[in-house]
Amino acid sequence: MSALQQSFKNMMDWVDARLPVTETYEKHLSKYYAPKNFNIWYLFGVLSVVVLVNQLLTGIWLTMSYVPTADGAFASVEYIMRDVEYGWMLRYMHSTGASAFFLVVYLHMFRGLAYGSYQKPRELIWILGMLIYVALMAEGFFGYLLPWGNMSFWAGQVIVSLAGAIPFVGDALATWVRGDFNISGITLNRFFALHVVLIPLVLIVLVFLHILALHEVGSNNPDGVDIKKNVDEDGKPIDSIPFHPHYTIGHDLPAIVAFLFLFCVVMFYFPDGGGYLIEHPNYEPANPLKTPDLIAPVWYYTPFYSMLRAATFPLFGLDAKFWGLVVMAGAIALPVVLPWLDKSPVKSIRYKGWGSKIFLTVFIISFFILGYLGVQHPTPGRTLVAQICTAIYFSYFLLMPWYTSVEKTKPVPERVTMP
Amino acid sequence: MNEDSVNTGRRNFLIGATTVVGSAGVVGVAVPFVGSWNPSAKALAAGAPVKVDISKMSPGEILGPIPAWRDKPIFVVKRSDVMLEELNSKNDRLADPDSQREQQPVYAQNDTRSIKPDVLVLVGLCTHLSCSPKFRPAIQPEVFDEEWIGGFFCPCHGSKFDLAGRVYTGVPAPSNLEVPPHFYESDSVIVIGEDEGTA
Ligand code: HEM
Ligand code: FES
Repeated sequence: MSALQQSFKNMMDWVDARLPVTETYEKHLSKYYAPKNFNIWYLFGVLSVVVLVNQLLTGIWLTMSYVPTADGAFASVEYIMRDVEYGWMLRYMHSTGASAFFLVVYLHMFRGLAYGSYQKPRELIWILGMLIYVALMAEGFFGYLLPWGNMSFWAGQVIVSLAGAIPFVGDALATWVRGDFNISGITLNRFFALHVVLIPLVLIVLVFLHILALHEVGSNNPDGVDIKKNVDEDGKPIDSIPFHPHYTIGHDLPAIVAFLFLFCVVMFYFPDGGGYLIEHPNYEPANPLKTPDLIAPVWYYTPFYSMLRAATFPLFGLDAKFWGLVVMAGAIALPVVLPWLDKSPVKSIRYKGWGSKIFLTVFIISFFILGYLGVQHPTPGRTLVAQICTAIYFSYFLLMPWYTSVEKTKPVPERVTMP
Repeated sequence: MNEDSVNTGRRNFLIGATTVVGSAGVVGVAVPFVGSWNPSAKALAAGAPVKVDISKMSPGEILGPIPAWRDKPIFVVKRSDVMLEELNSKNDRLADPDSQREQQPVYAQNDTRSIKPDVLVLVGLCTHLSCSPKFRPAIQPEVFDEEWIGGFFCPCHGSKFDLAGRVYTGVPAPSNLEVPPHFYESDSVIVIGEDEGTA
């Protein structure tokens, strides 16, 4: 050992006796054994982390020039775009990042559905993931009010008045959330605090727990094979390789580079995504007296917005408006109990039966259709389609105990199959 | 003496007592956090009644630019004689033609939902999800309604209201537009935001 190596070792020994740095490094990276058959679907967790870091950094930099008041907000965003050096770039990194976040998280969630990653023993990973998803939706909603454009205002107006649909306490609750009788600078100021402090803290804690839970039980894989059943004499699963350096350098890093490349293309050439990433009415300041002609949320909320609008008839003496809220909240919350709805003896869609395959396909198609309808003016025909798709969305979950227990599954191999 | 039993009793007592005191503390400390979200004194003051002069309005007109009360758009409409004649002609298409639901003060619970028959005062926010409906006064077929007799149309999800702010059936909005508390200070000045004699 050279003198330099020796002194490095001495230093690490000193630190390790006080803080478990080496132990943590080994447990979570160099001796963390991941299945060797990961495919492209296993990239989106890491990419979510990358986008999270991007949002945090650009967000902090934006607050340095942003003013959270009714009089100052819109002008300060213009100031960031025009007068702050690289301000436009920080803002576009943040606004493109928001859409990218939902994109990678949706793909990440789809992977979970397809490979049964929510099944035992990964229920808590899934539930923490769902909590992250809900926190992310809240984060996006609060952030959307901040530019104080006219769409910011009216989207906030519509969503906060949803609370007003709750019988008896609704109106008081909506006033409490707004801190005023209508959306105002007071609402803006508190949404700012939630968007830049509270929800990011919650997200960071949840992501930390999510990964901690994952590393406790280990990753699932595209075959849904339990790799811990086949171990070598050291107790290391035969079908695994250490996460670092195999996956970090060989798998994740190239993916991150490719992802950032695509990200830059959107950010530099299509920053408003044709009105889908930044909506056109938001180039006008908030006007409490003038509703835009079509209120459509940003693309990542549209499936749920469609479900909200799909409830058009009163039931049990309660308004359609209330049921819209119930349907939307139910659609967001239902996946939480997924681990207990899936009765299948196998995890991965590769070995599940026809029932699961058909339901998953139809479910994904309905989700896309709902997403499309959410940005369209409602007509009676479209509303009917939305109602059918909503029914499919719910049956995917609610009928799962039935179709996963009656269908015929294929035998799961002993060892993983390489892609 | 049995040492264990003494300890357990004492421990349980301490756990019980600290839980009770602790819970009270948590509730107590939540009060300022929750309370601070209520409308502040400033927001309440800004929500004070507003005065509107209607002396220059001609029949068939809506007051514009729209005044606001509590930051909400207020519609003041002076209905023409033709409008008033047509007003109750198609009541079967309305969800609540007699204004049974409490969307108006008692003095506006009548055929025209107003104090003076011709002058309508409304909170201009759709009872569905609070978009601001558009004023479409003309008695003529519209794309959204063949038999339109004038009223308000909400662009957000297509709710329709007549010229008394009463909601049509089969639209997402559940109830009539709200009539705010208001009274006439003089023949041409309306005070919006409070009932007569409460101030
Ligand atoms: C900020 C958002 C999120 C971050 C940073 C994140 C991060 C990660 C990472 C790094 C992994 C391991 C790599 C991989 O399997 O792709 C992972 C696995 C997982 N995540 Fe997430 N995640 C997020 C959101 C979610 C959401 C919304 C869900 C679902 C509701 C979810 C469910 C899962 C599941 C089930 C696994 C285990 C997958 C398996 O082993 O097959 N995650 N997550
Ligand atoms: S807000 Fe008016 S119809 Fe929905």
